[in-house]
Amino acid sequence: MSEARAWLRRLVRRQYFWGIVAILILLGLNLIKDPTYLAIRTNPATGNLAGNLLDIVRASAPILMISVGMALVIATGGIDLSVGSLMAVAGAVSMEFLNPIANATSVGAMFAAVGLALLLAGVLGAVNGVLVTVVGLQPFISTLVMMLAGRGVAKVITSGQNTTAVNEPFRWIANGYLARLPVVFLIAIAVVGLVALVVRRSALGMLIEAIGINRQASRMAGVKPRGIIISVYVMSGVLAGIAGIFAVSSVMTVDVSRTGYQLELDAILAVVIGGTSLAGGKFSLAGTVVGSLLIATLDKTVVFLGVSAAATPAFKAAVIIVLCLLQSDVRALLRRYLTTVARRGPSGGEPASAERAKPEVPANREEVVV
Amino acid sequence: MDNPSPIVEMRGITVEFPGVKALDGVSFRLFPGEVHSLMGENGAGKSTLIKALTGVYAIAAGSILIEGQERRLRSTADAEAAGISTVYQEVNLCPNLTIGENVMLGHEVRGRFGIDWRATHRAATEALARLGLADLDPRRPLASVSLAIQQLVAISRAMVVNAKVLILDEPTSSLDAEEVARLFGVIRRLREQGVAILFVSHFLDQVFAISDRITVLRNGRFEGEYLRRDLDRATLIAAMIGKDLDALRALGSQRHASERDGTTAPLLRANGLGRKGSIEPTDLELYPGEVVGFAGLLGSGRTELARLLYGADRPDRGQVEVDGSVVHLHSPVDGLDHGIAYSTENRRDEGIVGDLTVRENLILAVQARRGWARPLSRREQDEIVRRYIAALNIRPADPEALIKNLSGGNQQKVLLGRWLAVHPRLLLLDEPTRGIDVGAKAEIQAEVARLADDGVAVVFISSEIEEVVRLSERIVVLKDHHKIGEIVNGPDVTADQVVEIIAQHDSGMATQEVSA
Repeated sequence: MSEARAWLRRLVRRQYFWGIVAILILLGLNLIKDPTYLAIRTNPATGNLAGNLLDIVRASAPILMISVGMALVIATGGIDLSVGSLMAVAGAVSMEFLNPIANATSVGAMFAAVGLALLLAGVLGAVNGVLVTVVGLQPFISTLVMMLAGRGVAKVITSGQNTTAVNEPFRWIANGYLARLPVVFLIAIAVVGLVALVVRRSALGMLIEAIGINRQASRMAGVKPRGIIISVYVMSGVLAGIAGIFAVSSVMTVDVSRTGYQLELDAILAVVIGGTSLAGGKFSLAGTVVGSLLIATLDKTVVFLGVSAAATPAFKAAVIIVLCLLQSDVRALLRRYLTTVARRGPSGGEPASAERAKPEVPANREEVVV
Repeated sequence: MDNPSPIVEMRGITVEFPGVKALDGVSFRLFPGEVHSLMGENGAGKSTLIKALTGVYAIAAGSILIEGQERRLRSTADAEAAGISTVYQEVNLCPNLTIGENVMLGHEVRGRFGIDWRATHRAATEALARLGLADLDPRRPLASVSLAIQQLVAISRAMVVNAKVLILDEPTSSLDAEEVARLFGVIRRLREQGVAILFVSHFLDQVFAISDRITVLRNGRFEGEYLRRDLDRATLIAAMIGKDLDALRALGSQRHASERDGTTAPLLRANGLGRKGSIEPTDLELYPGEVVGFAGLLGSGRTELARLLYGADRPDRGQVEVDGSVVHLHSPVDGLDHGIAYSTENRRDEGIVGDLTVRENLILAVQARRGWARPLSRREQDEIVRRYIAALNIRPADPEALIKNLSGGNQQKVLLGRWLAVHPRLLLLDEPTRGIDVGAKAEIQAEVARLADDGVAVVFISSEIEEVVRLSERIVVLKDHHKIGEIVNGPDVTADQVVEIIAQHDSGMATQEVSA
């Protein structure tokens, strides 16, 4: 029993514990409105699984991609505001490439579209990295520039049109099923797993953290921050590209001004909820996954509970503020307050030691005045 | 000039941090119309004393009297209200505002419609003129003038708030001779106006040029208060490093010339290596298996020279040869490529990566050499970790502990282990024993001797000259950014002799070899 308690205590201490709690609470709210909310059905026509939970994981796929990239960038002490725009760029490239292709079942065309989209997203990510390291601009400014420029690039690619295309294999990415599960979720999980493997099995993760914690000390230890930071921005760009493909593949249309719009903010939230400090340093990919799932759950819940569109941002903000408070020192403050209240309680017992020390303070204050 | 009552009197000041007494019963007096220098080596408690006086640190014991009244200073605002202003090394003004706005910040002249800028700038001009800075245009943005001028602006600002006590903490560390002369002009003017000035600098010559009174601290204790006219340099240095005065007086004159027999080729040779503002052009040879000590006070150029040899800073003149061929050391990676490693004196900012574990800190340099794509296997890591935790007696012997939770001495041992693990041919150790306990000190010294036996060239830098003398075969003496001498160590060489060289050397002279 004490072992189970120790395990529980470790879990509670994890930053993303409160993220998990928040997901459960949101699901609980939905459950109150509709007791069958969590039911997973089998679609009799196709044999695939269906239900609200599957909708949530499917919706979480793009945000999962950009959040993981964002976590790495934030760990180096930077930030990547351009991921939403890079999603639009990748979507625009793939749609524009597939649009003139008549063969709607060409798998080769799908791979070419994906490859081209990821290549351009990666190149733009590299531009971010070079601006940050070589030019020495602040990450916030560099990626803000790319956020604005990216939408422009997307519009240039499609000549300002919301290009559509027909290609079954490409459409399958977001809409297909594999082993009765949505393909897009499986790809997302695989990509997250791959990133985690690369980062944690190589020394990249440690060097990223070292740079984020103390860049000067890392440099003095012979680490070359420049190359590592550039490659992190490239990874963030490529991951944004994947997210962009997910986004356009579900509707086979790129909306150059809406695709990925403001998703960078959701990604930053997901990272922070996952327990990675915006100051850089230690990062948690598991926490980032929890954060992404929470954002997706929140989006679905807002719709499901029928929160009016106008009140949606406020509702989201309220949930996130409560969560951040729970993660911060407010918890410790609250605990201290509660213990003080308890000690002062009806028994009228000894005041807390902190209380006993207090009378000195006003006395000293008077001395200052005199 | 001798004013009978001090404006500031600190009596028996004790400041404690967890486990350490940073100041132990220190007394300090400051008279109006006087420049009072606070002297001491690293960790002597100079900045702690200043922070106690400016309300940054709470005092555990003792009392502070200002104009004869006991005051409790709980914050910098309290100190400022009591008439104490501080100008720090890093000027804390607003670079984006104009000079005039900075001088008058919070004291702008108000007109009928908000701030009367014309009157404000006129007042700023007057404030500047009072310090002989009438040639400064108060409408220029602060960022457009040099650091030296910014410092003078900061002083003007302190005078606008009617400071009676002005604390200048290392104001000259990045100024050239002309700028220092101008600063001293301002200081003298303030002294005539009756301001009490607390001056901190590591430049002995400047301290002697400007001070009326000198207080020396050592290891958190009061060492003595002297009038400048009664004090010579040897006495001052002796007080700072804790040498017996008589022993210092009874100095023998058995200094040796620095000559090698010429059979071994140097591992590294520096020709006229220098960098503006940090170290004047210096010649130096380092041989395998030799421990060379850099002796000099803080700010003498000992750290700056070591940083140039590693590539941490870019030299702007001279060149370095390794194994007889010229190399370019422009970054730490360049230094490491040539088998040079540098352990920094600034453990917290440039040494440890606080939130990483002991294991990660130990392997960081080796891993950086190999690149991220070729991670050290768990077994290789364990081998490094086990080896250096045992060899250097790192406590706690837990590789997964966060390094920030270790004591200073053990952090230092981890850093030493980090460098030993890359198997350098030249190891530059900058203050590896500062602020650590005696046991850890002995262990690090033993490791240095062992390294030299293994053929590694070691440069050993320490504020404790005795330690340098004990460990080094050759001692390079530095003062005020110059190499002023080189001593071949022998049984007759003592720390006193090194001190004597530093004390007697006139920094205006050209670099010279000291010979018997």
